[in-house]
Amino acid sequence: MQLLNRSLSSVQLDNGLEFQGYSFGYMAPADGEVVFSTTMTGYPEALTDPSYEGQILCATYPLIGNYGVPEAITIGGIQQHFESERIHVRGLIISDYSLKYSHWSAVKSLDQWLRENRIPAIYGVDTRELTKVIRDNGSMLGRIIPEGSSPEWDVEDPNTTSLVAKVSCKEVITYPAPIRSKRVVLIDCGIRHSILRYLISKNIEVIRVPWDYNFNEGSVGRYDGLLISSGPGNPEFCTATIGHIRHTMTLGKPIFGICMGHQLLARAAGAETFKLKYGHRSNNQPVQATDSKRCYITTQNHGYAVDTTTLGKDWEPIFTNLNDGTNEGIRHKSKKFFSTQFFPEMTGNPKDTSYLFDIFLTAL
Amino acid sequence: MIDTSIKKVLLLGSGALKIGEAGEFDYSGSQALKSMKEEGIHTVLINPNIATVQTSEGVADKIYFLPVTPYFVEKVIEKERPQGILLAFGGQTALNCGVKLYQTGVFEKYGIKVLGTPVQAIIDTEDRNLFNKKMEEIGVKIIKSHAVDNIEDARKAASELGYPVILRAAYALGGLGSGFCDNEEELNLLAEKSFSYSPQVLVEKSLKGWKEIEYEVVRDKYDNCITVANMENFDPLGIHTGESIVVAPCQTLDNHDISMLKELAIKIARHVGIIGECNVQFAYDTLSDDYRVIEINARLSRSSALASKATGYPLATVAAKLALGYGLFELKNSVTHTTLAFFEPALDYVICKIPRWDLSKFHGVSREIGSSMKSVGEVMAIGRNFEEAMQKGLRMIGQGAHGFVANKEIVVPDINKALREPTDNRIFVISKAFQKGYTVDEVCDLTKIDKWFLEKLYNIVLVSKELEKADKPQELDVELLKLAKQLGFSDFQIGRFVFKDKLETEEQVIRIRKYRKSLGIVPYVKQIDTLAGEFPAQSNYLYLTYNGQEHDIEYEKDRRSVIVLGSGAYRIGSSVEFDWCSVNALQTIRKSGWRGIMINYNPETVSTDYDICDRLYFDELTFERVMDIYELEEPHGIILSVGGQIPNNLALRLDENGVNILGTAASSIDRAEDRHKFSSMLDSIGVDQPKWQELTTLEDINQFVESVGFPVLVRPSYVLSGAAMNVCSNEGELERFLSLAANVSKKHPVVVSEFIEHAKEIEFDAVANRGEVIAYAISEHIEFAGVHSGDATIQFPPQKLYVETARRIKKIARKIANELNISGPFNIQFLAKENDIKVIECNLRASRSFPFVSKVLKINFIELATRVMMGENPVPPSKSAFDLDYVGIKASQFSFSRLQKADPVLGVDMASTGEVGCIGDDTNEAILKSMLSVGYTIPKKNILLSTGDARQKAEMLNASRLLVQHGYKLFATDGTYKFFIENNVPATRVLWPSEDGEERSALEMIQNKEIDFVVNIPKNLTESELSNGYKIRRAAVDFNIPLITNTRLATAFIISFCNLPIDEIQIKSWDEYTS
Repeated sequence: MQLLNRSLSSVQLDNGLEFQGYSFGYMAPADGEVVFSTTMTGYPEALTDPSYEGQILCATYPLIGNYGVPEAITIGGIQQHFESERIHVRGLIISDYSLKYSHWSAVKSLDQWLRENRIPAIYGVDTRELTKVIRDNGSMLGRIIPEGSSPEWDVEDPNTTSLVAKVSCKEVITYPAPIRSKRVVLIDCGIRHSILRYLISKNIEVIRVPWDYNFNEGSVGRYDGLLISSGPGNPEFCTATIGHIRHTMTLGKPIFGICMGHQLLARAAGAETFKLKYGHRSNNQPVQATDSKRCYITTQNHGYAVDTTTLGKDWEPIFTNLNDGTNEGIRHKSKKFFSTQFFPEMTGNPKDTSYLFDIFLTAL
Repeated sequence: MIDTSIKKVLLLGSGALKIGEAGEFDYSGSQALKSMKEEGIHTVLINPNIATVQTSEGVADKIYFLPVTPYFVEKVIEKERPQGILLAFGGQTALNCGVKLYQTGVFEKYGIKVLGTPVQAIIDTEDRNLFNKKMEEIGVKIIKSHAVDNIEDARKAASELGYPVILRAAYALGGLGSGFCDNEEELNLLAEKSFSYSPQVLVEKSLKGWKEIEYEVVRDKYDNCITVANMENFDPLGIHTGESIVVAPCQTLDNHDISMLKELAIKIARHVGIIGECNVQFAYDTLSDDYRVIEINARLSRSSALASKATGYPLATVAAKLALGYGLFELKNSVTHTTLAFFEPALDYVICKIPRWDLSKFHGVSREIGSSMKSVGEVMAIGRNFEEAMQKGLRMIGQGAHGFVANKEIVVPDINKALREPTDNRIFVISKAFQKGYTVDEVCDLTKIDKWFLEKLYNIVLVSKELEKADKPQELDVELLKLAKQLGFSDFQIGRFVFKDKLETEEQVIRIRKYRKSLGIVPYVKQIDTLAGEFPAQSNYLYLTYNGQEHDIEYEKDRRSVIVLGSGAYRIGSSVEFDWCSVNALQTIRKSGWRGIMINYNPETVSTDYDICDRLYFDELTFERVMDIYELEEPHGIILSVGGQIPNNLALRLDENGVNILGTAASSIDRAEDRHKFSSMLDSIGVDQPKWQELTTLEDINQFVESVGFPVLVRPSYVLSGAAMNVCSNEGELERFLSLAANVSKKHPVVVSEFIEHAKEIEFDAVANRGEVIAYAISEHIEFAGVHSGDATIQFPPQKLYVETARRIKKIARKIANELNISGPFNIQFLAKENDIKVIECNLRASRSFPFVSKVLKINFIELATRVMMGENPVPPSKSAFDLDYVGIKASQFSFSRLQKADPVLGVDMASTGEVGCIGDDTNEAILKSMLSVGYTIPKKNILLSTGDARQKAEMLNASRLLVQHGYKLFATDGTYKFFIENNVPATRVLWPSEDGEERSALEMIQNKEIDFVVNIPKNLTESELSNGYKIRRAAVDFNIPLITNTRLATAFIISFCNLPIDEIQIKSWDEYTS
């Protein structure tokens, strides 16, 4: 990669619009659902977030690559700097790429990391204009096409398949706590390793199970509570998961759902979910606690939301998005079931909402 | 949920603009006052700065042009009886005053509630020991410092911490009296000075080389807390943030860094108990995530004004509402109108703030930049990459740079040293180093600037080398040309690289412009909408970029808009007064049913508040950018006479390129600006002017001087505020100065004019309509000619002017207005000796004194002028200065205390950084109010006088007698002492610094703070005289003792404080005088 002699590339959207730019990362075409995020830092975390499975990510913040990419360190099977074991986006669209990075913790450039992971990317794009197009038309399928390549296949629409099935672990994984303590079953719908790091730091034994695994029977055994993780795509594909959650509800064990987990808990409670015109993908989503003056800036990454009008009489909303008024959390009126649409554990924001974990953990 | 018991609120302003406290507080205060008004709260403002927007009609309900000091604030409280007071919007001046009033129980006495952050929280942040304790309570790391109250303890603390250490004076804004010490010797020197500013000095371990990061935090009374912006200093720790290039958002921090510091910032704001806004500064290690909290400012600050402009989030407005008790979720986002104030802005651009220094205006000043602030203004540039923002910004500071490259070669004797020890031109030294072959690593090693920034700058150099390979535009690769524009190259820069200055500059620019436009390489207009395009926003806050392919807005193309060109960076000679003019022009345009469009890039202004206009282009005021915007907007026309000299200088070129300039024609502007044309015009209409000639050889100069006699005024042509201008009284001085000036003005010949001594200087501010004067104001300088009009004390209406003189001046002004067919604002400066009148200068634009005379007269000259320029025929106002039964005095604010080593003497070159304007029933009262407003205090006992040459001594005699009558004890140096004794004025003799003797030394008395007031009149410009006087003057400044260096002003001040006891000063608001 160099400053001069840029190699041309372009983004083509399903509606025929085209954006010019220059190729970086892996030199090949890419396709997927084009989504944007207004988060200003944290590209290593974003690109490895399973919630972006199947998507081409457009960063609205123009300067990307500044601080390189840190080393992939795993402790006890948990990623320390990334949100999962691999990059989940299918492509990256940015405006300005920093050819040279500068940070003490970096070991390689973003360009190199993308090449190693065979992820195509494009810079020099009018990402603001692209964002406005997606905003006005809703998320759209699209391609990154480096000059000289002419892909012939159709764009694979990630929304037609179960993305959760794709990103979930395939086997049960146990993360033992240093000192024997409470056991939590964590349904992996596309887990972010920051949740794992958080739970381990709280001395919780975590049983991470595949999305459709029946943890109420089989080898898991006794557990104290159920945590449902975040994950990509449409919650309607996860019928098996919903069944297992319903079973846990009958047992009366504490349940905490996050993001996708929130939507699944809501569906398990009989409520409906719907697709947002353009999802919430940033770490500056303002939410307010219902019937309170307390507000929180939260991190989110989702395309679907819970329809509160379909909530049963035993349930109530607990958080609302201040921008568009959509639901951000629910709870059962008498039992220990609750969930949030945002990530209460995320770095990127003060741990204002991590008290929710404490509620869950003390309920165990 | 808001406190409904608050019906009337007092807001403290920040007074005159000074280094470290400038226009940003006009912006914050104006926003806060607007916020209060929206709630139906009656507002009272104390601010003697008459040139500000906040002291305009309709902003506050009552305005007091009085000093922001505990005495006067209490008087106003006593009279107005407000229920609440706002301390956070007037900088350190307001904060310090508020803390004193709180400590002396004034607020309690009058039952006043301090709105927003409680005073105790403010004290906790200001007092270093309390602050450290607070931080330790929550386990936040601080820079270990020892608060000491004497030099001995300072030495002890330093040796304990180990050198290098930094000294900070507590309770001082902008790092006054602060600095680094590498050894005990340096510590001894600095500590002495620090203690003169503050009884408490802090000794800290130096973290030189760490990053400096700032967060702007907002918190409401429900404990909802957000960070609106984070910013990173380009320069490493050790350079005051006011002296550093600053970028937002942070560029070299990863998610972990950002989150950690954000969490800390919020934790701190909560623990301190902020209600409103605060700024938290961190030192951050470059090799780990180790950090220290440097300080927090529990008030609106320069950084918060910058953050407001950088993000579009109106911090001052929100802070004011929170002070009333609102929750963040109850307030709307004023950019989107659909979302709420509880959110954190997402940026999709980068901003670069660059300071502007004016150090060349000061004799002897140290040019190194460090931990105390010296810059007088700043710019903010917006781009979609760092290079673009940086190059725009370097053009914006208006010191002749065209960007990072393609500038006039600077002379740097020792590049390594210049990189290690930064001065005001550090960025250009970096450019030079790269061009001399230094690598990024080498520059990083010497400057400690993060490599990321340096790599980006290096990109600019790389591209410039490619551009140079072409000899004509057609040889430029399209992709290269595009890349260059994307990296912020101007047409001028590209033209210089391609044509290599073989063509006329303007021709080069036009050819590049034409060529790139033919290739479709044009800039695009983008909105700043606080949420990076996530939701639709009707934002009118705009910038231009080459990193885009679509505009964010649609143009009406109906020719119903008018573009107003703003004033750019504040500098000595052009500051808040032109912001007032710009804002008033916009308001008038909009009132007349047109759309007002603003172009300006100064984050410290009200004119760059997107609420003020229909569209704000936060962008360059260069020919290239103004043309870009003009072509997009297709406006009715453009107004360039309200923003000072920058827009005025564009007149001819814009006119030549078909721009419709509203008001006075460009050719007339040229006739006034061009010395020769102006002179022959004056000759042709029979108006006198001091004799002058434009000369190129020493021989010619000597011949000319022989004919007019000394003293003479020597200057290069085409300058504002007299840069490089000097008065020479004899051959020696002339020769010495010419050797300097000849270097400065190689391109331009030297202009030598006759200098008339002991003449009155008179300002004529006016508005004309098609050559006919429709409103005017004549004001007189207190000082005789020779003191720059920007430094002079100005009286309006004039009190000591012959009726005959005034009549002649009017006549001449009418002739000139008619001859130049002026339509709009203009200003003429006159010299009057007896009734002999000469014209010295004429500007066909608004002048510095427009807000002053407009407000004293209560006739808005800019409104009138704008209406004229819009083609209306406003009725000339009937009121005249003769109807006023009060007097206005405009006095100047100097910032010498911040400019180490600068000689605080006044001359033909402007040195003041700000001004105040006060109204009184007579001259004495107005003088006293205004002098107290610019920081003078009434002396208690001892006064030191050195009153210059024989004539000046005689001038001061009566005033000196008056002092004795009022019980003052006079101390005088040699000649002055003898003169006093001869004239029966009792005085004690003291020694000059160069003298030996039995008497006490003047310097020592100043250092011991035994002197309350120093009058030091420079006699002449001989070396020894200058050096003796310099030491006295500098000591007075360094030890914070009031100093006057002009006999006329000293006399006026002495007469006023001797004749008017402070408790007889009237506490009257503006409208009590004018209605």
